[in-house]
Amino acid sequence: MSGQTQRLNVVPTVTVLGMVKARLVGATRGHALLKKKSDALTVQFRQILKKIVTTKESMGDIMKTSSFALTEAKYVAGDNIKHVVLENVREASLKVRSRQENVAGVKLPKFEYTSDGDASKNDLTGLARGGQQVQQCRIANIKAIEVLVELASLQTSFLTLDDAIKTTNRRVNALENVVKPRLENTISYIKGELDELEREDFFRLKKIQGFKKREIEKQMQNAKLFAEDQVAEKLSLQKGISMNAAHNLLSATTERDEDIIF
Amino acid sequence: MANRAPIATRNSALIAMIADEDTVVGFLLAGVGNVDIRRKTNYLIVDSKTTIKQIEDAFKEFTAREDVAIVLISQYVANMIRFLVDSYNKPIPAILEIPSKDHPYDPAHDSVLSRVKYLFSSESVASERR
Repeated sequence: MSGQTQRLNVVPTVTVLGMVKARLVGATRGHALLKKKSDALTVQFRQILKKIVTTKESMGDIMKTSSFALTEAKYVAGDNIKHVVLENVREASLKVRSRQENVAGVKLPKFEYTSDGDASKNDLTGLARGGQQVQQCRIANIKAIEVLVELASLQTSFLTLDDAIKTTNRRVNALENVVKPRLENTISYIKGELDELEREDFFRLKKIQGFKKREIEKQMQNAKLFAEDQVAEKLSLQKGISMNAAHNLLSATTERDEDIIF
Repeated sequence: MANRAPIATRNSALIAMIADEDTVVGFLLAGVGNVDIRRKTNYLIVDSKTTIKQIEDAFKEFTAREDVAIVLISQYVANMIRFLVDSYNKPIPAILEIPSKDHPYDPAHDSVLSRVKYLFSSESVASERR
């Protein structure tokens, strides 16, 4: 990870530039959406946090009431009531049903307690004495369970949300700090390469143009010379002397002749 | 995201308990207790004779059971197996630390509440002191 300088390993062409630009647009949109999701989750999270703290406080009171009710029941019905209760356990009449709640795409479990309604099992407990206290203790405990179930559902939501927020924030940060800079670097790289290519092309064109210009000038000059020659030749023809012949005469002396030995 | 347990929506689940006798008796009276065919209970009564090993086993069993949605655990029992409670981080079943009669409730020991404070120290402390 070399920080800012990193970019995708791509061929710098116009097509790829278009592709990368489309990806950058997608990444930007995704980043905005995830940011919104994270905000929504955080709002929910804070609400749950407050609720947890207040419910925890009320839990203390409720538990105190319920244990006091049990003490009352014990006092009236005798201490052996607990054995009766322990023996009478068959099947839970108070159960928890869970359902899902959807907050910004995160499924939060919500518990709610359901009672079968048959309070008959412990109906005869403490029939001899203290029956009413036993029933009051039962009611107090059911209330405690109610609060505890609510607290449990809050706590579960808290953990789930915490997890979800962490994941979302990680994604937001990854998009913001890794994916987007990388795409931007790639875009600037491709643009730079394309610019360079363009400059090279321009330079080449300029070179070729200059070369052509020089060629044309040369040809023009040649043509001019040739025309002058022609004129001179015509003149000499008119005078009866071949300019070339004269030239040849002169040059013949300089040329080596095979026949001449010395 | 990977460790998120699938949440069963239809069927009802049990509330398991690991607590002292009085608390358990109280909740049994309310109708939480369940004994299945193999005489397995969904609660553990902790008294002076209960070993930490037994508590650990019960905790592990309750958190692994699929029909348990909430595990209530007395705070002084939770303190005995604090390392297990703290390392447990699945949403379901939910671990709930409850105060018991003989031991005052200390919010600082609660694993979730301490995490609440750790995350939003300023806010939660402020709201707690109201």
